[in-house]
Amino acid sequence: MQFDPFIIPFNIGLYFIIFYAVTRSIIWFSELSRPDKLRLQRGFFGKAFGQSLKEIFMESLIHRKILKSNLRLGYMHMSLAFGWFLLILFGTLEADLFGTRHLNPPYKAIFFKFFNPDHGKTFLESGYSFLMDLILAFILSGLIMAVIKRFSPKVVGMKQTTRLKPVDKIALTSLWLIFPSRLLAESLTSGAYGTGSFLTGTIGAWLAPFLPANEVAYPFWWLYSLSLGTFFVLLPLTRYLHIPTELFLIFMRNSGIRTGDKASTFSEVAVHSCSSCGLCIDRCQMSFSAGINNIQSAYLLKSIRQNSDTNEIAQNCLLCGRCDQICPVGIELSPIRMIERRKAKSDHSYTNTWKGYFRAKHDLPAVKQPVKAAYDYLPETVAGKADVLYFAGCMTHLTPSIKSSMIKILEASGLSWSFIDENGGVCCGRPLMLAGLDKEARELINYNSQVIWKSGAHTLVTSCPICYKVFRESYYLDVEVLHHSQFIKNLIDKGSVKMNFLHKRVTYHSPCELGRHSGVYDEPKEVIRHVANLESTDHEDDNSLCCGGSLGNIMLSQTKKHLIAAGVAAELTLQNPDYLITACPLCKKTLTPATNTRIADISEIVAQALVVPSNTKKNPEQERKQVRESASITF
Amino acid sequence: MDRFGFSISKGRQIDWDTNNREVADFIREREPSFNLCIACGGCAASCTAGNYTDFSLRELNILLHRGENTKPEKNIKKCMLCGKCSLVCPRGVNTRNVLFLARQAFQKLEGYAV
Repeated sequence: MQFDPFIIPFNIGLYFIIFYAVTRSIIWFSELSRPDKLRLQRGFFGKAFGQSLKEIFMESLIHRKILKSNLRLGYMHMSLAFGWFLLILFGTLEADLFGTRHLNPPYKAIFFKFFNPDHGKTFLESGYSFLMDLILAFILSGLIMAVIKRFSPKVVGMKQTTRLKPVDKIALTSLWLIFPSRLLAESLTSGAYGTGSFLTGTIGAWLAPFLPANEVAYPFWWLYSLSLGTFFVLLPLTRYLHIPTELFLIFMRNSGIRTGDKASTFSEVAVHSCSSCGLCIDRCQMSFSAGINNIQSAYLLKSIRQNSDTNEIAQNCLLCGRCDQICPVGIELSPIRMIERRKAKSDHSYTNTWKGYFRAKHDLPAVKQPVKAAYDYLPETVAGKADVLYFAGCMTHLTPSIKSSMIKILEASGLSWSFIDENGGVCCGRPLMLAGLDKEARELINYNSQVIWKSGAHTLVTSCPICYKVFRESYYLDVEVLHHSQFIKNLIDKGSVKMNFLHKRVTYHSPCELGRHSGVYDEPKEVIRHVANLESTDHEDDNSLCCGGSLGNIMLSQTKKHLIAAGVAAELTLQNPDYLITACPLCKKTLTPATNTRIADISEIVAQALVVPSNTKKNPEQERKQVRESASITF
Repeated sequence: MDRFGFSISKGRQIDWDTNNREVADFIREREPSFNLCIACGGCAASCTAGNYTDFSLRELNILLHRGENTKPEKNIKKCMLCGKCSLVCPRGVNTRNVLFLARQAFQKLEGYAV
């Protein structure tokens, strides 16, 4: 039997990690909710299985999504993951084909060269050695990039790279040592026996004359085995746990399991599937505009994994959703952040690294004492009976020009409409939800729902994308909810309103809550094209920016908000347009002080272009009075 | 004795010996802009809750700074965190966070079980 003591560290590591992975998967599976278990079973015997295999190949090995967004970074990840996979695959085949017998234990394949040093003499064998050297060279090229990235992220096209803790550093070092030590060990052995291909053979031939190659090789075989063993043992404590868990995540997602409102097995698997590739850091405006570099999703997931206090990290985020889009693993980052926000602050955060092997229990929200209704002071409001309801929203009340423009448009539309919150309405509830106070938000939702139900309307128009999102997703209404840009688009399509073409050059800023979160990208742009020359920018649709004023971030200071707003305004006014158009009162309010370009809401520019039939034109004094009233200014 | 409608008014001095400034300190530590308030009242004027009740961020700010926590504790839950106050604030106080932290402070600090 071929055996040597140096394989012991590798074997310990390998069998430990296999045991660990099996135990943990069993625990995870048993903790799934019953519907999710059924989904998983159905997925296993259905189409999801094939899809998952394909996705695992494309994403976990080839890293297609990273390649798409950053070629050099993608190559780095691909060479390490795909290269290592090929090395294991072909190594096992090599041991099986050329070894003394078939079906070898894993160490025979990994340390094949040590046990078969004169392998590579015949033509077929040397061809196979060439293949193995090629794969090793492929991995090493990626490894060199990884080392360079650690010291200078710019080389792989990254602005930032993730920061590490001591355990991460040990694991990283052992990972880095694996392939160079294999190269040297194989080269020296090849040198001693005159075998090896273009890489190991050449280095071996070059080193052998002035070194006792066989004796020097032995410590390197030890190093190779030790670094593999260390890496496997530390794997559960570090981000490298994503290597096994990502496979689970892909399979669970394809089976139809989603992140819900509460922490679950799925969110835990998702948290452990993050490879800390750092794409979310580069994509984050808090990072590149405001210089805040410790709250990005990669860090949030990391501190959840380490069970440390996540309160501050979870709150300090614009929730713009840019990271959700770029994440190559497809982790639902914003929902996970919202789970953390809802969670009562955990008291049992630990600092002992070794406890990471055992699972942190789900932090169930602490049972809060029954609190009496906080908003029982709200008066009963009755909206007038009408077909169309207009809900301006808090932010629109602070930008009266949007409100008066909408009144003008609604008047011109000829529809029967009613203004729900004319005298300063009640908040839609989303700001409370964003702060993690869902219960309080529910009270406001119930209050507003009643007003809307009683009116008997079939359409609800809102000027604020924040309200739009919550009305669509969290209210149980049987009315059609429209943002005013969609409403105006409908009016134009029906021919209810006539507009002049304003000869202005404009650019469009897509608000996060409207675009990324609700998928309304095209309607606002079509409306703008109807009245002005819309010029495209570098930040269209999915790539749009957040103005910085987001209610999602409760902690960000006004100064930092202004920095983000200034960055956005500068990006969007590169062509020096006459107007920068947006579709959100909060974006308007945030962007206005940040640039010299005029900021206008979509309703304002439409109202400006509106052709008002002369017979309905009111006298100017009355109109002015109406504006004063709507802005609640009394003289 | 006949009642003439007069009564003895409550003392209005600020008693620094008994007042508890823990809540204000909790907020100040986490949101330094809490100190920038000049009590202009813009926040109170724009406030929805203030429209229907006697809730006022301006008053809350002053009382918390003084350490008179009874009224703020009673009122804090009326806020809807809508953020209008932070948009009108001329001093750039992050009012939403002040209100959010005040909620947390009353929940966390001893003697305050909301």
